[in-house]
Amino acid sequence: MPDLYFAGVDVGSLSTDVSIIDQSGKVMSEIVIPTGVNGSEAAENAFDSALKLANLERESITAITATGYGRASVTFATGKTTEISCHGVGAHQLFPKTGTVIDIGGQDSKVIQIDSQGRMLDFTMNDKCAAGTGRFLEVMANRLELDLSELSSPLNIEGESAPISSTCTVFAESEVISLLAKHTPREHIVHGLQRSIVNRIWSMVASIGIKGDVTLTGGVALNRGLVALLEEKMGLTLNIPENPQTVGSLGAAHIASRAYINQTGTSRVKGVK
Amino acid sequence: MSIRAEIKYKIMKDYGAPALMALQEFKRRKPRPIPEAFGPPLESNKRLKEILSRHYFLSRYVPGVKKVAWVTSGAPVELLRAFDFYTIYPENHSALIGAKKQGADYCGIAEGSGFSQDLCSYARIDLGHMLSGKTPAGKLPKPDLLFCSNNICQTVLYWYKAIAHELDIPLIHFDAPFVTTEQTEADITYMAQQLQDMIPILERVSQRVFYLDVFEDILKCSMETSQTWGAILDAMKAQPAPMTIFDAFGHLAPIVSLRGFPVAQDYYHILMEEVETRVTQGIGAISDERYRLIWDNIAIWYKVRFLATFFAERKMNFVTATYTNAWAETTGYLDVKDPWTSMAKTYGQIILNNNLKHRLELMKKMIKTYAVDGMVMHSTRSCKPYSVGQFDLRKALTADLDLPAVILDADIADERVWSEQQIHTRLEAFCETLEGSRNA
Repeated sequence: MPDLYFAGVDVGSLSTDVSIIDQSGKVMSEIVIPTGVNGSEAAENAFDSALKLANLERESITAITATGYGRASVTFATGKTTEISCHGVGAHQLFPKTGTVIDIGGQDSKVIQIDSQGRMLDFTMNDKCAAGTGRFLEVMANRLELDLSELSSPLNIEGESAPISSTCTVFAESEVISLLAKHTPREHIVHGLQRSIVNRIWSMVASIGIKGDVTLTGGVALNRGLVALLEEKMGLTLNIPENPQTVGSLGAAHIASRAYINQTGTSRVKGVK
Repeated sequence: MSIRAEIKYKIMKDYGAPALMALQEFKRRKPRPIPEAFGPPLESNKRLKEILSRHYFLSRYVPGVKKVAWVTSGAPVELLRAFDFYTIYPENHSALIGAKKQGADYCGIAEGSGFSQDLCSYARIDLGHMLSGKTPAGKLPKPDLLFCSNNICQTVLYWYKAIAHELDIPLIHFDAPFVTTEQTEADITYMAQQLQDMIPILERVSQRVFYLDVFEDILKCSMETSQTWGAILDAMKAQPAPMTIFDAFGHLAPIVSLRGFPVAQDYYHILMEEVETRVTQGIGAISDERYRLIWDNIAIWYKVRFLATFFAERKMNFVTATYTNAWAETTGYLDVKDPWTSMAKTYGQIILNNNLKHRLELMKKMIKTYAVDGMVMHSTRSCKPYSVGQFDLRKALTADLDLPAVILDADIADERVWSEQQIHTRLEAFCETLEGSRNA
């Protein structure tokens, strides 16, 4: 039997990610590029780069699942699934004991409960506002004239962090402006911002409940300061993937492979029943 | 009463309205194509449109003939009918504007006058209408009386107070104590007494005398109409269900705003007959019903078509809703022999005036008897009494009944409260959970 390859393409609001896996689930390549203004172009470019990295041709990919907000614009996909299901499957592949996935993406954040196969049981999402998302941090980094990575260090500040509301990005930004005007130290503000997101996430976690191991996905998982605060709030250690940004595309690739197996009855893929 | 106005009203009623109906029928000759996912549309839709158009059309000719009252959806309107008031339901009118995706325009007018964007959109649209005179229904008569009850929310009282202040007209408020555990004798006596105290005021405003036998006939008609509405909803237990809840949102209008009139009573007999025939013949509202869902909260009027199509295409049908059920749930308490106490029981215990435990038990029962597979809850910016507690209800229901559920953040009539992408992702993820739970 020749080698089979599957791809997942996650067109998110900030980044477009591609994962290519083989039939055993081994990751052949992963790519993260900014989505920019044209989602379908970003998908094409990221897919080409991922193929190049894996040393594969387009024709050698058996099935492709598109996910993320721009999933409809991925014309070359063979299937489409929401990023919520994909993050569930992706987190399950990386940490099989995962029961709860917290995904903090660019445009929204979600808490997902999954079963022992990575199938979604229940989920909750933030409402219309971008508070508690990657976009929130981006806006604030800009305002504080800091690089996004500078916003992510764990901070040991003296005294209380600056209080920043967690209900609205625009209001939070004006709070930051007035804190700066009052010469509040920047690390106090950064700490306050991290705490604001953590509070927002916590209310979603509380509404749905914690089950099994908790895995954090999405670009914001790279923010070590935020992770530390979230762990403190939740009183547990979070699973942090090596590439938290590609968990969605990895899940999508696995969904493509599962769908193919279901269709053809092949069961050569390891770990897939 | 002016004789000229009365003659004009009579002509419009007997000739003008039928002519308008004929014109509408002519305009409608090219029906919109029905997507494949749906079964044949209900024939009764035509009659429904006639009744509602006629009601709004005739309202223009009412001033000088009948006194006009603006009424809230949960108010005991039967009492007003005994005085021959022409009743207008601002909530129904606001929903109509919402469905036409014009809600934001009217809300904007109210907001421009200083009303907060956090205020219920039904209220903002109505205030926008009052302040500008604008309406897609042509022209609505100014009220002579306002009649509200806080059994649906506290907002109605302040909203109607604002109108009463602006137009300098009387406002009657029927105060319904919230049922925290169960309705007490004191609550019932208090409400029954209020209803009787209203009679002299209504006599004065309407310049008509109250006759108990007339009132009893109206009550009987109202009771029978609600029971038929309940039987229609019951028929949706059939698999496949003969109509969708999105159809029912439309067919709800007469029970809300024309309750107590024979026209509503007759209409539901027509609908009942059609629905029963469909059940006997196995005709479903959607072509292939694989999943059955429950809806919680008021409709998202500006997205009814979108939601109906989205779910029908996925072979999912909403077969029951707490919202449509509200006009059938408590009418069993009505008793012509004991009008005042029975009205207190009926209007005091409706879902929005009742505790969460009651709602939980009611929903559990509906989920079981209608063989429901999943739940969609609309958390609406406008209606706090309906939306507060939904997270707890969801938690309890998903845990006890292993029921996939999703909450949508939207609004009843302000189309600005809608995030297309996010809602789409939520709905699709919900469908994936539902399909996954069956495949598991």
